[in-house]
Amino acid sequence: MSELFTNIDWYDIWIATLDTLLMLGGSLLFTVLFGLPLGILLFLTGPRQMFQRNGLYAVLSLIVNALRSLPFIILLIVMIPVTKLITGTSLGVAGAIPPLVVGATPFFARLVETALREVDRGIIEATQSMGATTAQIITRALLPEARPGIIAAITVIAITLVSYTAMAGVVGGGGLGDLAIRYGYQRFQTDVMVVTVVLLLVLVQILQSIGDRLVVHYSRK
Amino acid sequence: MIEFQQVTKAYQVAGREIPALHSTDLTIEAGQVFGIIGHSGAGKSTLLRLINRLEEPSSGRIRVNGEDVTALDAAGLRRFRQRVGMIFQHFNLLSSATVADNVALPLRLAGELDRGQINQRVRALLERVGLSDHANKYPAQLSGGQKQRVGIARALSTEPSILLCDEATSALDPHTTRQVLQLLAEINQELKLTIVLITHEMDVIRRVCDQVAVMDGGHIVEQGQVTDVFLHPQHPTTRSFVFDDESDEQQADDFAHVPGRILRLTFLGESTFAPLLGQVARATGVDYSILAGRIDRIRDLPCGQLTLALIGGDVDAAMALLQASQVHVEVLRT
Ligand SMILES: Nc1ncnc2c1ncn2[C@@H]1O[C@H](COP(=O)(O)OP(=O)(O)O)[C@@H](O)[C@H]1O
Ligand SMILES: [Mg+2]
Repeated sequence: MSELFTNIDWYDIWIATLDTLLMLGGSLLFTVLFGLPLGILLFLTGPRQMFQRNGLYAVLSLIVNALRSLPFIILLIVMIPVTKLITGTSLGVAGAIPPLVVGATPFFARLVETALREVDRGIIEATQSMGATTAQIITRALLPEARPGIIAAITVIAITLVSYTAMAGVVGGGGLGDLAIRYGYQRFQTDVMVVTVVLLLVLVQILQSIGDRLVVHYSRK
Repeated sequence: MIEFQQVTKAYQVAGREIPALHSTDLTIEAGQVFGIIGHSGAGKSTLLRLINRLEEPSSGRIRVNGEDVTALDAAGLRRFRQRVGMIFQHFNLLSSATVADNVALPLRLAGELDRGQINQRVRALLERVGLSDHANKYPAQLSGGQKQRVGIARALSTEPSILLCDEATSALDPHTTRQVLQLLAEINQELKLTIVLITHEMDVIRRVCDQVAVMDGGHIVEQGQVTDVFLHPQHPTTRSFVFDDESDEQQADDFAHVPGRILRLTFLGESTFAPLLGQVARATGVDYSILAGRIDRIRDLPCGQLTLALIGGDVDAAMALLQASQVHVEVLRT
C-alpha cells in the first residue's frame, strides 16, 4: 500500500483540493449571480413571452451561443488580459474565476431560460389576472414554480465548473487539475493522477446528490 | 355592470389577422350569473379575457361599472384586476405553494392587508369552500374538485365584484361539476357577485345561469333569459346545444305516420307538476299520445316539454284550456 503511494504529498493534495473548492465556490456564486438575471431576460424577451423583443432576444442568443461554442481552453487563453485587468493576476484561484464565470454563465442562462419555459403559461396568466406587476410575476410565481428546474441547472453548472477548474489548472489556475497534469502527466506519477481523479469524482458525486435531494425536496408535483 | 360596445378582436399570427370576435355589443347586469356557450373556437375565451384585458381589444370599448377599462393605464389596470377574480379550466394554482398560500397570493400581491388580516381572511375563505382541513397541503395532493375550490377561494380573496370562469368545470366529472356549480350559485347569492362563465355544456348553463349568450364563429348568435333560450331556442347552434343535434326536420319525419295535430307544450314552474293532461282530455274528449318529452330544472325552476299528438274530440278547446293553464303551446303540425 505505502509502496504504491510513495509519490504522494498529502499536504499538496489538501491545498489543491482547497483551491479547487475555492474556484468552484467563487465561480459558481458569480455564475448564478450573472446567469440567473440573464436567463430571466432571455425568457422574458423570447418568442411569445411577456416582453417579446425579437431583436434583443436574437442579439442575446447570438452572444450566448458564441460563448458556448467557444472551447473553454481557448476562452482561458483569450481571457488572460481581461482577467489581469479584473483581478490583477491571471494565476491562482483569483485568476481562474473570471474565465470560469464567463465560460459557465451563458450555459447556465440557457438552462434557466429552459426551466422558466417549463412553467405552465396558465400560472403566469392567473398571476396577471390578480393584478401582479411584472416583478411580482417573476418573484412570486415564475421563480418559485421553476425552483426545482433552477436547482437542477445549478447542479449541472456546478459539475461543469468542476471539469472547467481542472482545465484552468493547465494555464496556472492551481487545484486538483493542475496537480494531475504536473505530477501525474508530466512526471509520470500515476498514483497522484489516480488520487486527484478520485477526489474529483467524489466531488461530482457529492454535488449531484445534494442537487438531486434539493430538487426532490422542492418538487411538489 | 359589464358593457361591450362594438368590441372586436383579431389575433396577429405570422403577420396575418385572425378574427376571433366580430363587432360585439353586450350588456351583463350586475349580480347576474351570465353564461356564454359555444363550440370550441367560437371565441368564448377571447370574449371573457377581454373583460380583464388579458387580451387587448382590436377596437371598441369595454366598460365595467361605468369605468372604461380599455382606457386604463398599467397601474389602473392592476388595481382593476384586483377587483375581478378569475378561475380556469386547469385551475392554474401554484404547485410550489400550499393551499393557504395560494389563496393568500392575491392579497399579498395587493399588499393592502397585514399578515394577521390575510391569515384571517384565508381561514374564512377555506372554511367557506370546505377546505379548512387542507390548508397546508400542496395542490398536487388534492382532487380536481378540491383544486377548483382553491381556485374559487383564491379568486374571491380580494373581495371582487366580478368573477370570470373560463371552462371552470370542463376538467371535472359530472358529480364534481354539480358541486362546483352549486358553490358558484351560492356565492353569487351570498356575495351579490356578478359571475361570467363560459362553457360548451348546456347543462352548466341550465344549472346556474340567469342569462345566456350563444356564440358561433366570433358572433353572439342568440342571447336571452336561460328559460327562454333553453325552452325556445331559435338559432341552429343553440338548437344543437339544447336538443343534442336532433333537428326538427328529423323529428317531423319520425312522426310522419302519427295521426292528429302535433303540439309542443312547454311547462314552467308549478304547471310542470299539475295533472293537466288528464283534466284536459276528460273536459274536451281528445285523446293524446306522447311522442317526445323532457322534464328538467333551470336553476331552481322546474320545467318540462312534451310533444303530443291530439286525436278526436275538440282539439281547439283543448289548446285553449292548456294555454289558460300557463302552458306554452306550439303547433308543430296542424
Ligand atoms: N393567442 C391566440 N393567437 C392566435 N389565435 C388565437 C389565440 N387565441 C385564440 N385564437 C383563435 O381565436 C379563435 C377563438 O378562440 P377562443 O376564444 O379560445 O375560443 P373558445 O374559447 O370558444 O374555444 C380560435 O379560432 C382560436 O384559434
Ligand atoms: Mg376557450
